Amino acid sequence: MNFEEQAAKPLLAAAGIAIPEGRLVTTAEAAAEAARALGPVVIKAQAPTGKRGRSGGVRPSDGPAEARAAAAAILGMEIGGHRIDRLLVERRVEIEKEYYAAVLNDPESRGPLVLFSASGGRDVEAVATTAPDSLRRMPFDIRTGLTPGEACALVGDLVPQSERQAVADLLVKLARVYQDNDAELLEINPLAVTRDGRLVALDCKFVLDDSAVPRRAEQAARGTPDRLTALEARGRDLGLKFIELEGEVGILANGAGLTMTTMDVVGHYGGRPANFMEIGGEAYTKATEALELVLANPRVKSLVVNFCGAFARTEVMTEGVIRAWEALRPEVPAFFSVHGTGDVAARALLRARLGIEPFATMDEACRAAVKAARGAVR
Amino acid sequence: MIVRRHDRVLVQGITGTQGTFWTEKMQAYGTRIVGGVNPKKAGTVHCGVPVYGSAREAMAAETASGRGFDTSVLFIPPLAVKAAALDAIEAGAKGLCILSEHVPVQDVMYVIAAARANGTRVLGPNTAGQVTPGECFVGFMPAFNPAVFRPGRVGVVSRSGSLGVLVCLNLVQAGLGISAFIGIGGDPVVGTHTAEAVAMLDRFEATDAVVIVGEIGGTMEEAAADTVAAMEKPVAAFIAGAAAPAGKKMGHAGAIVSGGKGTYEAKRRSLEAAGAVVLDTPADIGAAVRSRLA
Repeated sequence: MNFEEQAAKPLLAAAGIAIPEGRLVTTAEAAAEAARALGPVVIKAQAPTGKRGRSGGVRPSDGPAEARAAAAAILGMEIGGHRIDRLLVERRVEIEKEYYAAVLNDPESRGPLVLFSASGGRDVEAVATTAPDSLRRMPFDIRTGLTPGEACALVGDLVPQSERQAVADLLVKLARVYQDNDAELLEINPLAVTRDGRLVALDCKFVLDDSAVPRRAEQAARGTPDRLTALEARGRDLGLKFIELEGEVGILANGAGLTMTTMDVVGHYGGRPANFMEIGGEAYTKATEALELVLANPRVKSLVVNFCGAFARTEVMTEGVIRAWEALRPEVPAFFSVHGTGDVAARALLRARLGIEPFATMDEACRAAVKAARGAVR
Repeated sequence: MIVRRHDRVLVQGITGTQGTFWTEKMQAYGTRIVGGVNPKKAGTVHCGVPVYGSAREAMAAETASGRGFDTSVLFIPPLAVKAAALDAIEAGAKGLCILSEHVPVQDVMYVIAAARANGTRVLGPNTAGQVTPGECFVGFMPAFNPAVFRPGRVGVVSRSGSLGVLVCLNLVQAGLGISAFIGIGGDPVVGTHTAEAVAMLDRFEATDAVVIVGEIGGTMEEAAADTVAAMEKPVAAFIAGAAAPAGKKMGHAGAIVSGGKGTYEAKRRSLEAAGAVVLDTPADIGAAVRSRLA
């Protein structure tokens, strides 16, 4: 789950990392009011995306009149697919240098990784590519947390001697915030060194591990919910992972890997999948609701039902499909492939209740569905 | 760490609905279940084996009466996995099989760090387990279905349980059989990587060929290329997610293409350069493996 800057920065402040004084506003008038109180400010569009600066969503302003105009220009903008309806108005900081710091989950080392660069700011990715040595990375043991000694070693000679201790301290704090909040990623970019020598986090990106949401409910309430279509939201409410796609072939399969593969094989035979829909894990008992959702998509011209039972029992899923079928009496042609746990009973059910003979392989079912969808589209 | 019939297996969460259902299946197939864990039911007998208050108690009791246990399989709710896994690691388990989905990633990393320090091999989380056809299985794969797990000479590594079933089914339909199936799990951070599982199958003398069942997301398939290149046994692969749009998690938390990383093309290119044959559809895997074994 992603968080806006305004929702992420308080985590840093609570751990003793300095952030600029600021106010969250939703109108141009309130932005002017904030500028009156804070002096020279920066007005920043709030959206969980890194494209805000480049898109004109971040503007320095001197005085209430400028702030009002800047806020009016930014409110209502669309940045990275997000409509901007609130702004962070922050007291402007006199920047001497910009650093970069982050802590994140690293699948490769199977543990947390801390990153630091003395060349932070907008172009940090480009700098990391052209001068890879300028971005230092270090895995650390999550059981002990990042130690001050490790942080010092990481920063090393990238910053002047006089700053080394402060930067290392900040990294230790950042790693603690990451661990205390089940972050997947916690990033400060830029980390400013001010003219008067302080370290201030000018921006902050925080991504919460989705699997940790049940134990971070309070924090998650401040996050940005995923943007879902109406059907996707219905899927979420039913506890089903449903993603609407552009194509015409509806897909119902069990397990994420098999569902993705069904999409691929539909693609391989020249069709386009209409959805991703996973009924893996305990959700295999929800086949009725799942099929109703797949068929509620008006783009669907044909349907592949592909079951390969392991934990998920195919006769239970097939029973669910039949229930939905009898309730909806859909007109789209459907093509079945059923294998694995419970397959003999499942095939017998299909024959007896729907008069359908499943295909011997999923490839045949997918090919037939692609052909049927093509016929229907023309 | 291929699970064998002589391995002694502990089931943490043995008394739950799924724990019971799959323990009975594992026992019927030949897995040597030596005990279970449920702190609230310690001292009772379930599925014909003693229930202990903790994995440490189980190890102490089993060691007194025999040889302790080798591997523990966890039928445990996601937020309780960390404590249960640490219990088993401290007890001295050689292997852990974590089936649960939605375990917080930092808990997973903690467990992996502790396991590494104690010499414990972790499989998963979010895996369907492993099968050694004709001997035993650990987890919830349909090992008992002969259309899927006929004993044979092909080793299979998969991030996905359902897709693993499909691939094994296709191999059996092509007249082949399975020597060992290793489910490594669909999470972004897992204890055993593709390369390590492939290396285990390379060392497993009952295996003549290896099939890698990968997915978009992460870099485990790319990282396995070096292992594949050094092998004499033929390797075939299928990577799921060629048709998946970027930026969307395809069910598995680990299956996402973002920031240009973890793409289908990069995985396919790496494995092909290492000498593996990469198939467009799982239906072609059986024929591909047969021709390379001929």
